Amino acid sequence: MKRVYVNEEWCLGCHLCEYNCAFANLGLKDMADALKGKKIFPRIHVEGDEKISYGVSCRHCEDPMCIKSCIAGAISKENGVVTIDRSKCVGCLTCVLVCPYGALAPSEEGTMQKCELCVKNSCGEPACVTGCPNKAIVYEERG
Amino acid sequence: MSEYVIIGNGTAAAGCIEGIRSIDSEGKITLISKEKYKVYSRPLISYLLEGKTDVERMKYRGEDFYEKNNVSFFPGISATKIDADKKEISLDNEEKISYDKICVSTGSSPFVPPFEGLDSVQKKFSFMTLDDALSLKEAINPESRVLIVGAGLIGLKCAEGIKDLVKEITVCDLADRILSSILDAECAGIMQKHLEENGIKFLLSDSATKFESNKAYMKSGKEVEFDVLVLAIGVRANISLVKNIEGEVNRGIVVNTKMETSVKDIYAAGDCSEGYDASIGGNRVLAILPNAYMQGFCAGVNMAGGEKEFSNAIPMNSIGFFGLHVMTAGCYDGECFEEKREGVLKRFFVKDNKLIGYMLIGETDRAGIYTSMIREKVPLDTVDFELLRKVATTFAFSNENRRKKFGGVV
Repeated sequence: MKRVYVNEEWCLGCHLCEYNCAFANLGLKDMADALKGKKIFPRIHVEGDEKISYGVSCRHCEDPMCIKSCIAGAISKENGVVTIDRSKCVGCLTCVLVCPYGALAPSEEGTMQKCELCVKNSCGEPACVTGCPNKAIVYEERG
Repeated sequence: MSEYVIIGNGTAAAGCIEGIRSIDSEGKITLISKEKYKVYSRPLISYLLEGKTDVERMKYRGEDFYEKNNVSFFPGISATKIDADKKEISLDNEEKISYDKICVSTGSSPFVPPFEGLDSVQKKFSFMTLDDALSLKEAINPESRVLIVGAGLIGLKCAEGIKDLVKEITVCDLADRILSSILDAECAGIMQKHLEENGIKFLLSDSATKFESNKAYMKSGKEVEFDVLVLAIGVRANISLVKNIEGEVNRGIVVNTKMETSVKDIYAAGDCSEGYDASIGGNRVLAILPNAYMQGFCAGVNMAGGEKEFSNAIPMNSIGFFGLHVMTAGCYDGECFEEKREGVLKRFFVKDNKLIGYMLIGETDRAGIYTSMIREKVPLDTVDFELLRKVATTFAFSNENRRKKFGGVV
């Protein structure tokens, strides 16, 4: 299946992916209205320093620890995409305790959120990928 | 066609069903459940009282889980005896069912020491099951004074859950600190202060010695008046089914890394079992939900003829009260490295060039990176441990490790 991958060599560390992600999942029309002056809650975050940087989002693991560990049974796999039913989540953070990639974080409301490859919003293709100015983030099939 | 019987209907049982079905889509699965409910998320009972979830959303799996997995569900029934020679299980409705493989996932029961006068207390509850939570909810009102015996995970989650529904909560514990099974004195002190600021009162190094209807006489000589009593002292694994047929038991039903008990064709998983804990290199009861699921799944795969081992279990907990979160993992028997800032305390325990445990309070972002370092036994001289102590980031890993983690399918 297609997943999001980041080429460290090309990542500029501009954090645009974080903004595009937060905007895509808000479902609002205007980016400035949606994000300006507000704390954003993206599902991808950039790690690194001035020299090397890269975005981290859910790996949609073959055998995800988060699904097995969720105390609410709120995380499942749908067509390969690891998905959270946020109505069931109580914000206990056990998924944060077990994810080896640090790919889950609380939403503004306290329930957990993670990259779901933009399948639940209207983007069609992951917004972090389409908006990356240096094509450092790709959406492709790898072995 | 194989006949699988699962005794108990918690998380381990759900894992076992999914484990069996990952290998065998045909075999007959029978599920014996003492509780009348379909599998629900036990640890959510405090959130139910708090109003953060409801009985519908507490369902651990979808409404069609048993149908989809072709499971015969026997609610409200207990298994009373296993006959390993005849390969038969006796039920409390006088029926007998045959089996090829059993998974015992009977969980644990509250342990209540023989307190003098406990019978004279009218409103007393344990806090383990959905029914416990529902009856507690019935018994409390905005004028209730509640005494909780036990300042462990169960007692304190109960306190948080009912805080806004009652007048007053006092928690007592014989230990000198709260959450004594997972926190050291300083971390426990931070959490205790936070709980006190949220209106919970504590009586530590102290416990009830005697009850007289609505009054508890404490070891210290103090007297506590209460309307409702919650007993959250501890739990005991439900081991009798296997113990009675001379299967190896200790504090739990002893299993190997395939979840096999000492009795042929009988497996055990979840809180009733005592399996391998990689953090101490020996067996122990690890009564935590992720472990129950993974043990159950592993048992199911092996019951169905597959090959699976679960050999990297470690204790790990994420628990929060009134917005302050604590995470712990592994064991603390090593050199301690500390990171302290306003509102944040992190302790890392190191032995033989490996991270073996941690305690985090106040800052828990991406803590799974630490947990994975313990489980994968990552040598610390291959990472930037100084950076990691400040912030959990995969940037502290080697390029090679990072490429492996992020460059392909994991």
